Amino acid sequence: MFLQQLVNGLTLGAVYTLVALSFSLVMGILGILNLAIAELFMIGGFVGFSLLVSGYPIPVALGAGMLAAGLFAIVIERVAYRPLRDAPLVTPMLSTLGFSIILQNIATNYWGSDPLQLPGYFLATRFEAGGVQIGAMQLVVLAATIILVGLLALLVRRTKIGRALRAIAENRDVARSLGVSANQLTMVAFLLSGLLAGAAGVLVGMHYTAITPYVGVDTGLKAIAVMVVGGVTNIWGALLAGPIIGIAEVMTVAYGGSQLRDFIVYGIMILILLIRPQGLLGEARAEWSQRV
Amino acid sequence: MISTYNAGLFAEIGILILGALSVYVILSTGQLSLGNAGFMGIGAYQTSFLTVEAGLPITLALLVSAIGCAALGFLVGFPALRLRGIYLAIATLGFGEMVRSLFLNLDRLGGAGGYHGMKSISGVYIWSWTLGILVAIMLLERSRLWLEFRAVHDDETAAGLVGLNATAIKVGAFGLGAGIAGIAGGLFAHHYLYIEPGNFGFERSIEFVLAAILGGSTVAPGAVVGAGLLVLLPEWLRFLADWRLAAFGALLVLMLLIRRQGILDRTTFSRLGLRRRAA
Repeated sequence: MFLQQLVNGLTLGAVYTLVALSFSLVMGILGILNLAIAELFMIGGFVGFSLLVSGYPIPVALGAGMLAAGLFAIVIERVAYRPLRDAPLVTPMLSTLGFSIILQNIATNYWGSDPLQLPGYFLATRFEAGGVQIGAMQLVVLAATIILVGLLALLVRRTKIGRALRAIAENRDVARSLGVSANQLTMVAFLLSGLLAGAAGVLVGMHYTAITPYVGVDTGLKAIAVMVVGGVTNIWGALLAGPIIGIAEVMTVAYGGSQLRDFIVYGIMILILLIRPQGLLGEARAEWSQRV
Repeated sequence: MISTYNAGLFAEIGILILGALSVYVILSTGQLSLGNAGFMGIGAYQTSFLTVEAGLPITLALLVSAIGCAALGFLVGFPALRLRGIYLAIATLGFGEMVRSLFLNLDRLGGAGGYHGMKSISGVYIWSWTLGILVAIMLLERSRLWLEFRAVHDDETAAGLVGLNATAIKVGAFGLGAGIAGIAGGLFAHHYLYIEPGNFGFERSIEFVLAAILGGSTVAPGAVVGAGLLVLLPEWLRFLADWRLAAFGALLVLMLLIRRQGILDRTTFSRLGLRRRAA
């Protein structure tokens, strides 16, 4: 029972990790919360889900979900973020919220507000080891998360684009004076963020084997908690914090009652904010006093 | 005689104005709260408990809850002072979600099933609170204290250097905002006569912020314009049927792009003032 919950928490945590990284790419570089990420995640999930239901293989569905969310992310960057870049932080946050209202409306009109279900055979394949059952879907979720986080780390740590992204995050003005195109990289950050959110959407659909237009907000807010707990500036932070929050959530539901779930998750987040505001693996930074 | 339907919208606007003002007061010291629905929820449950189970008259119950919420606002505000900017906003978001979750677990107050038994109040009663608090804040804006608020907003370090107690000012604003949100909650509960924890989630907090920013976050009457728009716009867009919300979202983005400082700002007022003087 305990081990089983551990495996379930790990899978859920993997999804949180991806959405948290999606938030922290934008937050770490631009210092704003892109509230539309919650709905990018939902849209990506629906696109991938529809393809799975029509019988396309998982990699195609995953790719399509990522692409759809990535494209929307670019639109959001151009329309809702870029013109408001020098406004107080709360303004671009609210314009991305406007977009999330639009995206949710599109989804309810297009797919309806009833949950979409995956056909039963997706769940049929299960492996058992030492009394713990793990579904093939859960393995896919875990493997896909590890591959995606690895690719992101490679991109951020080893490539020219990654160096430029880190430079912008460190100090936008200095980076620009050294010839880094801030506009271009902002778009790259939004695109990467959208791709990750879309992937997480497809994966969470596979984890729960169902999806509704309302999955976004709940997961989105939890992912913000994961981002904070892990540390905004560190990719590995999200990889550590995702499973912590996922497991804490699943364990609370199993042993403490489902109503306590959110209390525990946000309690952990606030505790971290108070005793270690930079997050478990983050480094202290000067930008904290940024104005709202 | 206005229809019940319009009376409902009227009451809804009055309550949302108070929510927007609760954000506005905190924002005027440069802090963003994404958790005011939490204070609203506490106010709603507390006021309802006092009127239903302790038999207090509504006005007294509202005052008691407002003081309770303000005190809690101080308590929450103190540790939150370690945090700034977006991190403070995220912490308040977490606070709001924790409060919502707490009420889900409080079986004494109905838990997930909600709480009811309140007696109805009129729209006029709601609006007398709304206008009373709006006027009080506008009077406050003429005081020295408000200058201190704005000094902390503009530059906390400099405000500290000229001898202002930035900590006290920030916590004070937090408490004041929490108290106003609590009143909004009490009125909400006695208008809808049924409350459940889901009424006081993140979406409500963000609605308050939206109303404050959209109307204009530098002047108190901005809250009136912002709240009015947020309630009425979806009604005006009803002819779009299924696409109503998408149009609403698009208009929000458009308004923020056209007037990022909000619909009303300080220059709107000084311009009106000048014209009056010239005439």
